[in-house]
Amino acid sequence: MLRSSASFILDKHLNNKPISITHSIDSPPPPSTSMADENSNPNPNPNPISAYYQTRAAHHGIVTSGWLEQAQAAVRRYPDHDYSSSPDSRRPFSVIEEFNNWRQQPDLAEAVAAIRALAAVIRASEATTMMELEIELKKASDTLKAWDTTSISLTAGCDLFMRYVTRTSALEFEDFNSAKSRVLERAEKFGEISCKARRMIAMLSQDFIFDGCTILVHGFSRVVFEILKTAAQNKKLFRVLCTEGRPDKTGVMLANELAKLDVPVKLLIDSAVAYSMDEVDMVFVGADGVVESGGIINMMGTYQIALVAHGMNKPVYVAAESYKFARLYPLDQKDLEPALRPIDFDVPVLPKVDVERSARDYTPPQYLTLLFTDLGVLTPSVVSDELIQLYL
Amino acid sequence: MDTRRGALAVPKVRRVGFFTSIEPPPDSQRPNRSQSGPVEATTSSSPLSNSPSGNLISPVLIPPSRHRSDNLTSRAAAPVPVPGPSAFRRHLAHDRSLHVGSYNPADSLLGTSPPSSIGEFSEDSVSLFGFQRSDSAKLSSSFPNGGFDLTLAVRAPQESESRIANSSASQGIKKNVEVSGKSETVTTQSKKEKESKSLKEKTSKAERRAIQEAQRAAKAAAKGEGSRRAEDSGRANPGKAAKQPQLKKEKLPVTSSVSEKKAAVEKERKMDVPQTQMQYDDKNRVEKAKKRAVVEQTESKNKVELFLHLPQYERGNQLLNLSSNIFTLDTIHHAVYKVGLLHLAGDISGDNARCIAMLQAFQEAIQDYTTPPKKDLTMDLTAKINGYVSFLIECRPLSMSMGNAIRFLKNQIRKLPGNLSESEAKASLCSEIGRFIGEKIVLADKVIVQHAVTKIRDGEVLLTYGYSCVVEMILLYAHEIGKKFRVVIVDSRPNLEGQKLLRRLVTRGLDCTYTHINGISYIMREATRVFLGASSIFSNGTLYSRVGTACVAMVANAFSVPVIVCCEAYKFHERVLLDSICSNELGDPDAIANIPSFRTNAKHSKTMENKKNLQYLNLMYDSTPSEYISMIVTDYGMIPPTSIPVIVREYRREHLLL
Repeated sequence: MLRSSASFILDKHLNNKPISITHSIDSPPPPSTSMADENSNPNPNPNPISAYYQTRAAHHGIVTSGWLEQAQAAVRRYPDHDYSSSPDSRRPFSVIEEFNNWRQQPDLAEAVAAIRALAAVIRASEATTMMELEIELKKASDTLKAWDTTSISLTAGCDLFMRYVTRTSALEFEDFNSAKSRVLERAEKFGEISCKARRMIAMLSQDFIFDGCTILVHGFSRVVFEILKTAAQNKKLFRVLCTEGRPDKTGVMLANELAKLDVPVKLLIDSAVAYSMDEVDMVFVGADGVVESGGIINMMGTYQIALVAHGMNKPVYVAAESYKFARLYPLDQKDLEPALRPIDFDVPVLPKVDVERSARDYTPPQYLTLLFTDLGVLTPSVVSDELIQLYL
Repeated sequence: MDTRRGALAVPKVRRVGFFTSIEPPPDSQRPNRSQSGPVEATTSSSPLSNSPSGNLISPVLIPPSRHRSDNLTSRAAAPVPVPGPSAFRRHLAHDRSLHVGSYNPADSLLGTSPPSSIGEFSEDSVSLFGFQRSDSAKLSSSFPNGGFDLTLAVRAPQESESRIANSSASQGIKKNVEVSGKSETVTTQSKKEKESKSLKEKTSKAERRAIQEAQRAAKAAAKGEGSRRAEDSGRANPGKAAKQPQLKKEKLPVTSSVSEKKAAVEKERKMDVPQTQMQYDDKNRVEKAKKRAVVEQTESKNKVELFLHLPQYERGNQLLNLSSNIFTLDTIHHAVYKVGLLHLAGDISGDNARCIAMLQAFQEAIQDYTTPPKKDLTMDLTAKINGYVSFLIECRPLSMSMGNAIRFLKNQIRKLPGNLSESEAKASLCSEIGRFIGEKIVLADKVIVQHAVTKIRDGEVLLTYGYSCVVEMILLYAHEIGKKFRVVIVDSRPNLEGQKLLRRLVTRGLDCTYTHINGISYIMREATRVFLGASSIFSNGTLYSRVGTACVAMVANAFSVPVIVCCEAYKFHERVLLDSICSNELGDPDAIANIPSFRTNAKHSKTMENKKNLQYLNLMYDSTPSEYISMIVTDYGMIPPTSIPVIVREYRREHLLL
């Protein structure tokens, strides 16, 4: 981990702040000092740097050198933003800070962090009826969602939890307090579920990894890493090809982690995928979000790899926890909220040159073979089935 | 003409297995047989059709015969059921239907069944009938029959040939053979005599009938229709046929109390039966339906062969008659009558409009309804509704969505709590109908609009085909909320529905391009989204919509333009559709024969009409495979076409809970 990284500084800054459950922060911090504050604007400006990718960068400990400058530049562009417009500002408790606090934990998924943050809302709430609590929760989850519109799992997590609260509590519990504690319990459990889901997916996928196979991986997905780790522990003999994963070099990191486990690893630059596809037996990718059509939204480059694999008849497996299922339906690549991130080209780039900075792409379902989820091994078309059952 | 006829035999053969059971009362056949005449000539193809029907029906039903006859045949037949209990029988019949597979969509396992108006007792009735016969006639006669039928197809040709030779005199034979329990040795006179005795009365009637038919056939022959009609006449003796089967079903060998029981059973059945399309190449049913028909339709002369199972009528002449009848007719409520006429005249088009009009007419009819003395509201009202529905079908075949709505209504009627007074029941029904319209159509459209608008971005070019009210609402709403986009309206003859949409959009200030479907491959280059309406979507994701939609969707797919289908969930259907042939509707052939703007040459078109080797095919719908659909926007959100069965499942569950 690069201690000197910009994102770390930001994170530290956040951590140093007293967390607001104690109601100590009455006045918001001055807006211009940090990225996090900039992001807490409930109506995000047109091109903020995706908070989701910030978190990822922090977790993976890899940042590009231009990160700090760009981040600060972005902040400076909106120096006098009025923070008080936030609906939360009247309340001493801020769900966003709570969320930010949770998501610093490296092993905690965003959705889980969101749910923990919402649980904190319940704990801090002074509502006396279920209805009030629901309204309060709704407001909080809307704030959270608006805070980072680019994160799919955050949205999905919020929706999921809201769904749970509105469904269960109203029907089953007459007593408000028991309902409240029940909901809180559920929120606590969610963290465990998320970890368990990863284990489960790893177990499910073992049948698909056979001795002597070559696996292509793209990006650093915790679930995929778990799968490969489990396979290595099960004494399976396999080889992994890691893409480099420009610009945040997540692939390099995964390769290092795998090398520590004594798995034979080969690192490719992103453009060498098609070149090496014929020696690949299967492709494993993670997902930022799984959408209604059964397609996935994932790190930039996934679509390309899926296309190549499809063209060469190699199976593409996706590992994703079920809380990443989102009720979204992108029709094409531009149909998503773009998650922008800084890109470092090593060579100076003139300002006239436009740079595609989107951090992720959408892979349509017809290029995916199977999805490994904690609900089981699914074909892409089942995703919508599950979503409909969940939300209708 | 003749050659064409020959081809027709094929579908007949397939269907026979399923249907034969319904129609042929032994009596009717007999006369035919004994009596020759014009009928004979028609039967050339009949031997073929005999065998399948025999196979299907008799084996299961008549066990004793099986054993004996089986020796002859090496065929591995299904285990022979014991003739005894009715429950068993029914079960068997069910099995059989499974094996056979339904050629007639109406009978499919999915629960859509033929219109109530027509006898529904296909398999059961036949089998039972056979059984009964054996009772009343002699065992001896029945035994051979069963064995014979079974073996016929598979077995050595000699036997069958001989039989055919005998029987071929009349077309009715096939039926006769199974039903009346003819033996392989058809020639035996003694048997015939026996049978004829028992059926004396009927025979005479049937004979008379047959003569009539023959005359009619002769007339028809002049027009080139002769052979077909004759066939009909040979086979159909509808009233009697219906009676007999019912008996079977009830398992009452005695005919005494049959009629009442039958009626009750029929009603029960009818209630379950969602209305679907009748197979119009099924002569018997058509005959029957004709008798009850309020609307007199003249069949069009040059029918398109592939679509014989669909009604092909001449247009334009019935309306006058009907509209003058409006005050004299009392079996059909005037509101329903009006809607029927509107459908017939084509004044209402669009699935939602038709469905709403129908439901509102039903609402009115229910309000004016009073239960006749000694009758049950549930039963009687359902029968009434059935009558209305079949009237509407005569006017224009129902759309899938209307079928769903009718099913909903019947469910509501059935679920009425018994303790309600009549007025309460009526009020609750009316409010349920109102709720259906409000929730499933009006509100659903609003939700769809909300969803679909999120997929329209500034600067896009939206392409739409024909006219769909949901698509219109989407475009207008998107314009209202200030999205900047352009619309391409693709249209096609003969209805030119797109012009309606064009007019409405242009008056609201939208930027439009109008083109005909011939220009689709050119204009698709510009489009970034295709929005389509739907008449129905089936469980395999197949879109059933105005003809031309499939073409648009395919071109869009080729240009990788996303295709978005907007469809309310009440239009989803649990059936599976693979092509555009099985289920479709034929429009007025004149519409494509005459080009209005093109200096109408009445004489010219008249002469063309009389050409026997010219058939006009004006298809109304086509089916788009699900691969060409990127997304379906429905009231449950945006879903991929693979999720239609999920919605159908959930929706129907909810439906039942209603």
